[in-house]
Amino acid sequence: MKQLVTTIIAVTAAVVMSLSATAADKLKVGFIYIGPPGDHGWTYQHDQGRLAMENTLGDQVETMFVENVPEGPDAERTIERLARQGTGLIFTTSFGYMDPTIKVAKRFPEVKFEHATGYKKADNVSTYSSRFYEGRYVIGQIAGKISKSGTAGYIASFPIPEVVRGINSFLLGAQSVNPDFKLKVIWVNSWFDPGKEADAAKVLISQGADIITQHTDSTAAIQVAEEKGVYAFGQASDMAAFAPKALLTSIVNNWTDYYIARTQAVLDGSWESTDTFGGMDMNMVRMGAFNNMPDDVKAMAEATTASITSGELHPFAGPIFAQDGSQAIGEGEVLDIGTLMSMNWYVQGVDDQLPQ
Amino acid sequence: MTGLEAFVLTVITASTPFLLAAIGELVVERSGVLNLGVEGMMVMGAVCGFGAAHLTGSPWLGVLAAILAGAAMALLFGFLTQILITNQVATGLSITLLGLGLSGLIGSNLVGLPGEKMQPLNVFGLNEMPILGTLVFGQDPLVYISILLTLGVAYFLYRTRAGLIVRAVGQSHQSAHSLGYKVIAVRLSCIVFGGCCAGLAGAYLSLSYTPQWIENMTAGRGWIALALVVFSTWMPGRLAIGAYLFGTVWILGLYAQAWGIGIPSQFLSSLPYLATIVALILISTNRRLSVVNTPASLGQGFVPDR
Repeated sequence: MKQLVTTIIAVTAAVVMSLSATAADKLKVGFIYIGPPGDHGWTYQHDQGRLAMENTLGDQVETMFVENVPEGPDAERTIERLARQGTGLIFTTSFGYMDPTIKVAKRFPEVKFEHATGYKKADNVSTYSSRFYEGRYVIGQIAGKISKSGTAGYIASFPIPEVVRGINSFLLGAQSVNPDFKLKVIWVNSWFDPGKEADAAKVLISQGADIITQHTDSTAAIQVAEEKGVYAFGQASDMAAFAPKALLTSIVNNWTDYYIARTQAVLDGSWESTDTFGGMDMNMVRMGAFNNMPDDVKAMAEATTASITSGELHPFAGPIFAQDGSQAIGEGEVLDIGTLMSMNWYVQGVDDQLPQ
Repeated sequence: MTGLEAFVLTVITASTPFLLAAIGELVVERSGVLNLGVEGMMVMGAVCGFGAAHLTGSPWLGVLAAILAGAAMALLFGFLTQILITNQVATGLSITLLGLGLSGLIGSNLVGLPGEKMQPLNVFGLNEMPILGTLVFGQDPLVYISILLTLGVAYFLYRTRAGLIVRAVGQSHQSAHSLGYKVIAVRLSCIVFGGCCAGLAGAYLSLSYTPQWIENMTAGRGWIALALVVFSTWMPGRLAIGAYLFGTVWILGLYAQAWGIGIPSQFLSSLPYLATIVALILISTNRRLSVVNTPASLGQGFVPDR
């Protein structure tokens, strides 16, 4: 019932489109969003990228977006409609738009497509994603230094490789400064449910976690941390305004540079199908301001950020032990990209059983 | 604060929005009207409550605005279904859709603003008392209001003449009409009451539970409230049990994960629904009581035959 209704709502929302004035000679660039631009998280950052791109390229482009587009058949219809309206470039900004994007791209070979966080490419479809786990390693280190109880609480959304990778990276970061660091995980099975995220934060705090971090999209958990006097980290967007005392830093997704570069490539006629997996080195993952922490911790976080950016440090460098105690990789090795992309196991120290 | 106390506090805050929204809908359905717009009225309450509290700095004015917003949405529903006799299911769904869209529009400038959190009561300074102090005397005012509302609705439906008329209208609008009761007026008042309660539930979300405005922040709670009304067989006492049971299992599921027991989280997420349905089916085994309490003309439009 709830599912059905959510779909009905989302379909209707998809119909409400934002269109600016049309002009024939401009390049029209379309964006498909999974949530509202006002979510202050994932979609907000994509929309910031769109606005910055529009600002930079000025008269040459015209952008339009459709928000709250559910993943699945409705996405295909919405993408197709954007393509029919004469757009030259379409960014589809959620994992579940992968197959719809590929399908529509086949029917519109002259339109360029860019799909975020997926793995299927075509001649006119590029993929792009960010190494968010690099930021999670940095906040893990900070947590390892700041936490008094040696336990952090992690509010997770769905057990997919990206989320598991984030959990592991966070814990590896924490264990690099405190080998006994423990992590409690609560799966809320939703990307966005402020009430449930807040409840999960309260439960984690009452179970001894004095640092809260999340892989969900609302700011509710951070506010609970502020109220209960524990620390927290922001997700996707700089969330400092929501918890001035509790927020240590945020992992910020920055799509601006990428959107400008790709749109410019279409304008120049140099666009090619590519696969981008950018991290701190490409400025696609950034750290927010480091607040509420002693100077030595701040210096450590800045140094770690710098060495990840330069490529000197890899969050998944060995030795790494899996949760059951077996050794995943030895000293001097780095987990390969294939393992990272399909990660479905925890590292040692996670106080949870991974839902399969 | 002991672990148990923290647990009970979390349960109370999680259960209250369900109870607030559901108790209003219970009265609406008792009068024979099915309003599927609870989610929409709730989310409108949440945005208007947050906005008014932010502008005026007073959470209580926020609560008032939320109630009015819920009532306005309900009045629209009432006008369409009672005066124009539109289909109640379709109209209710469109009220939900309208509410979700309109609240996003109204709230577009409110996203990311700090909220005015409603302060908990401190009745006679008694919340300093050990163990029961905070639990009994230190809650948010809206928690007490939700309990008083439930008691009030139970008293109204079973102990007052007006409550009897509401039940009669829900049971058979033709008979009630023949006896000279104003079916449409009774139903409209119930619909507006339901809207006020849904608005209040929204205010609880945006002023107390998670004091901020985020689009679609009700996240389906209105639908759960609707389901609770049906499973409680339209009885206020059972509704309160259902709402608190749902909240308890919901929070227990989160605890079970934090303890690392190893039950799949997807199962834990669905457990509140299962547990509530099973429990309410068990207490509804008295067939006669259930039949007596089911509004027979639920969802049917009424056209007076002059």
